[in-house]
Amino acid sequence: MTGEVAVLGAGMHPWGKWGRSFVEYGTVAARAALADAGLDWRDVGSIVGADTVRGGYPGYVAGATFAKALGWQGARVTSVYAACASGAQAVGTARAQILAGLADVVLVVGADSAPKGFFRPAGGDRADDPDWLRFRVLGATNPTYFGLYARRRMAVHGDTREDFARVKVKNSAMGALNPHARYRKRVTAEEVAASAVVADPLRLLDICATSDGGAALVLSSMEFARRHGVAEPVRIRAVSTVTPRYPNTVLDLPDIATDSAVAVAPPDETFRASIARAAYEEAGVGPEDLSLAEVYDLSTALELQWYEDLGLCGEGEAAKLLRDGATAPGGRIPVNSSGGLASFGEAVPAQAIAQVCELVRQLRGEAGERQVAGARVALSANQGLFGHGSAVIAVR
Amino acid sequence: MVAGWFTGEGEGFRLLGTRCAACASVFFPREDAFCRNPACPGGELREVALSRRGRVWSYTDGRYRAPSPYVSDPELPWEPYALIAVELAEERLVVLGQAVPGVTCADLAVGMEVEVVPGVLNEDAETAWTTWQWRPTGAGT
Ligand SMILES: [Zn+2]
Repeated sequence: MTGEVAVLGAGMHPWGKWGRSFVEYGTVAARAALADAGLDWRDVGSIVGADTVRGGYPGYVAGATFAKALGWQGARVTSVYAACASGAQAVGTARAQILAGLADVVLVVGADSAPKGFFRPAGGDRADDPDWLRFRVLGATNPTYFGLYARRRMAVHGDTREDFARVKVKNSAMGALNPHARYRKRVTAEEVAASAVVADPLRLLDICATSDGGAALVLSSMEFARRHGVAEPVRIRAVSTVTPRYPNTVLDLPDIATDSAVAVAPPDETFRASIARAAYEEAGVGPEDLSLAEVYDLSTALELQWYEDLGLCGEGEAAKLLRDGATAPGGRIPVNSSGGLASFGEAVPAQAIAQVCELVRQLRGEAGERQVAGARVALSANQGLFGHGSAVIAVR
Repeated sequence: MVAGWFTGEGEGFRLLGTRCAACASVFFPREDAFCRNPACPGGELREVALSRRGRVWSYTDGRYRAPSPYVSDPELPWEPYALIAVELAEERLVVLGQAVPGVTCADLAVGMEVEVVPGVLNEDAETAWTTWQWRPTGAGT
């Protein structure tokens, strides 16, 4: 493969609600990734920051913010915003710079300090913003969309609340083994069932929290990795950053309605499925080649949807795949071995980078008690508000 | 707060979208600038009333107070309401809306027929903000 870049370092700041600045989390993660790579910050030719809109001068300045905190050294700088896909777009940008010969070593950083309670749009009267409209006109929070998807799965595929709880039980058991996870306690099905309903049929323990956190990667050209003495690095082989295709007929955050399919037939696959397919095609692998996957489990029910969208099973078969233990540790295709968002919570610009950190740990065989034996090919997938899709495939 | 999204009263109440004169694509919320069909050269976008009835695609509720800009009185206890995503067969699109007051998730099922009716989103001393709401017609799947 000619399009590969090496992952020399991965680092994180532990996730939680620490009440400090996103700059601090990102800088800690960056220093950890540099130490992991055995590189000095002054060796880095380019820094790419995944933006937060909740810190600094109204956000959108993450690359330079981290560069200043680490000490100005003249590196090329880029900042990217793509909601939940920001981290993957940062990885995609870094990869493109390396493959274009613009930089040998690129530092990718994402970090956030999450607000209390539900995510919500910025203030003011902004009727031209679909995110503002869904709150103002409908009071439709993120969990209400997760509730719609969960209920739809129950009606169409026969999923049950117990199936959803099984996802939480599985992911919390993995999170308990992850030192960077916010929640490090195993959760039982009884505890899920006893938690308060947030958006019918989903309960508090079915839905991911908002968190503070940071994650960083050091990427380089394959040639630099060899010169640096890393003969067989984990390599990034694909970064999918696709948009949906018209008409997008699955109701999606933050929209109030879908596109109409009256004039144009809907595409054969959903947007989420197209995100994974683009990554598979770029990497030259298929779902049968995966050793593990990290997916955006914003809710337990949504993790099941990803199984089908990634092609791990057929449509409507996700709950069976889960019940059979295929996506649990030791199964055919473990999903969210990091503990997932269920154990981390959402730190929006950091999460897609954190997913890749887990792929790297697993592919290096450094995941400790969470280790997926013999991991060779790993995929992360997520989706950002307003039509940002992203998936990363890493190999060793 | 959103101009031209619905019109009429009582039985005559309708959601308003737009339809592209070139390719017949329908848009809700209304698209007045450009047709979003990538294969369309672009046509005049004309206002169109959407079907009054549709079928439940999915539904849920919000058990915790929705944050601003949703307007609710923090002095009063939060009253959850159901949200219904409704599939309109003729327009082949799904529209999300609140259920009429008193309808809960226990009253709903995927596939059930609902109809659009006017409702009150919130009101203060001077203004009542009207909106659309979905109400079950009593017809099953
Ligand atoms: Zn058109």
